[in-house]
Amino acid sequence: MEPLKILTANVDKPDSASIDTYLAAGGYESLKKALSMTPERIIEEVKASELRGRGGAGFPTGMKWGFVPKNAPNPTYLLCNADEAEPGTFKDRLLIEKDPHLVIEGMIISAFAIGSCPMAYIYIRGEFWFGAQVLEKALAEARERGFLGKDILGSGFDLDVTVHRGAGAYICGEETGLIESLEGKRGQPRVKPPFPAVVGVFAGPTVVNNVETLACVPLIIGRGADWFKSIGVPKNTGPKLYCVSGQVRRPGVYEFPMDVSLRELIFDHCGGVPEGRKLKAVIPGGASAPMLSADEIEIPLTFDALMKAGSMLGSAAIIVIDESTCIVEVTWRLAKFFAHESCGQCTPCREGTNWLESVLWRLENGNGRPQDAELLLDMSDNIGGKSLCALGDAAIGPVMSSVKKFRDEYLHHVERKSCLPGTRRHRVQELAVAH
Amino acid sequence: MADLRPENPYVPERIPDPEKKVVFPPEALRKFEQILERYPTRQAAMLPTLHLVQETWGWISPEAIVYVGELLDQTPAAVFGIVSFYNMYNQRPVGKYHLQVCTNLSCMLRNAYGIYERICERLAVRPGENTKDGRFTVTEVECLGSCGTAPVVQINHDYHEDLTVETMEQILGTLK
Repeated sequence: MEPLKILTANVDKPDSASIDTYLAAGGYESLKKALSMTPERIIEEVKASELRGRGGAGFPTGMKWGFVPKNAPNPTYLLCNADEAEPGTFKDRLLIEKDPHLVIEGMIISAFAIGSCPMAYIYIRGEFWFGAQVLEKALAEARERGFLGKDILGSGFDLDVTVHRGAGAYICGEETGLIESLEGKRGQPRVKPPFPAVVGVFAGPTVVNNVETLACVPLIIGRGADWFKSIGVPKNTGPKLYCVSGQVRRPGVYEFPMDVSLRELIFDHCGGVPEGRKLKAVIPGGASAPMLSADEIEIPLTFDALMKAGSMLGSAAIIVIDESTCIVEVTWRLAKFFAHESCGQCTPCREGTNWLESVLWRLENGNGRPQDAELLLDMSDNIGGKSLCALGDAAIGPVMSSVKKFRDEYLHHVERKSCLPGTRRHRVQELAVAH
Repeated sequence: MADLRPENPYVPERIPDPEKKVVFPPEALRKFEQILERYPTRQAAMLPTLHLVQETWGWISPEAIVYVGELLDQTPAAVFGIVSFYNMYNQRPVGKYHLQVCTNLSCMLRNAYGIYERICERLAVRPGENTKDGRFTVTEVECLGSCGTAPVVQINHDYHEDLTVETMEQILGTLK
């Protein structure tokens, strides 16, 4: 299967972020078309395209837009989720830094469709300082050319966009955490209902869409829902960006229709694992996605196929792990991440993620106890589904899957008090530090 | 079970000193006014205002927390709750060069811990702390979204990607 050049059509061009490059490639034509349509017609078109959210949950975008009530007492907001903090994910950064106008055009069309008030926000993670600068410059260019501001292209529609920088909290990628954070609070997720589409930021109806989702919108409006649907397979349509990282020869962002298989992507396009080593495990959808073992990679990378296999496509962040790596250490590192990023609101997640990390750490260092594998599963059971947002569920994904699929390796740690022969520790117990 | 966790981050550096009031210089104050225009509530200006504080003074002092509270009609406790929640707000002064080493999975698989260790050795600094001359701060951070070009170290605003221990040493040599 050949890689696509649709979402990534502009990224390799010189000066790809400038508005002139974008206009030369037919940029903002979709916006002109959209402004001549009714908002209802745009939502219908997006629904017909079967576009599913690219942020992780894969929720149908058109349906999400359809939940926004008409004539709500407070203004409606569109928020672009550029928090991109899922370990393994770096696709949104590519779009923001290399083709910001595609995202901005998508935002203007989407804001028009949902009847957004004159201000929309891009919530970008604070570490993407360069990306925020690129966006600010692109927004200034769009204002200058009349694509943003009052009465856009004579349509009577007003919109401006503000870049809002986060400050280093994974949980702000969760949509209600993002909303709280934008309101100037700690990013602790809200109880649902009410859902953001009814009561979101500043008490108004709110739609939160991922960067890549919004980047698909100009394509759908410009070339039609039928064209979009012709790529991929039913219910998993359109071009998709896959982020491949870890122990693979050619890591990077790859664009494919969603029926590409995990094996093809890793071995044919990314060159397989380095130095003739064997594949051990793959995380198919970012840190939150349960692991797949090496014999499970003959699978199309669709939302549905991966869910059926007990994992998820998530943000399409594929982390490749080869036989030289200790799976307990991998699991420990992910558990450490979730323990650090738990917002502290719900007890099962706040306490549980720390305990997962502690038990994995003692296993990895040869202090494990015979019952620890069962203990990890038991603790996971006490975290999953018992907190407000999905962070707790995400934290147990890698733990449960690795204990179940690599139980022998866990037992080896308990019995021999060391990693499997041939596996390398990436982190020594204590960093040797000079004083 | 020794670990690299820094000391409790939820403790303020010190009690605000009432004698040491801080105010934005005129340029920062102008930026603050522009920030306010972008949001329907004053509270929503919290994160950008704290970024502005950090740009101005390098860290967020207890006195600055009181000041931001006054600017945004919030109690100092509410502001401190934000500052301690978000990683990027420095609650202690940091060096001229703040090295943030990502050690999350994709970077770990490509020797991030080796790089982290070498940085600490070469600068003779403990993780999370400043060098004796106060010029460098080294911190371990979570995923920076640069997994395809792992490992990555962020020095102040800039990403340094595709690093090896050797290239990291070269970069350290250029930081004066």
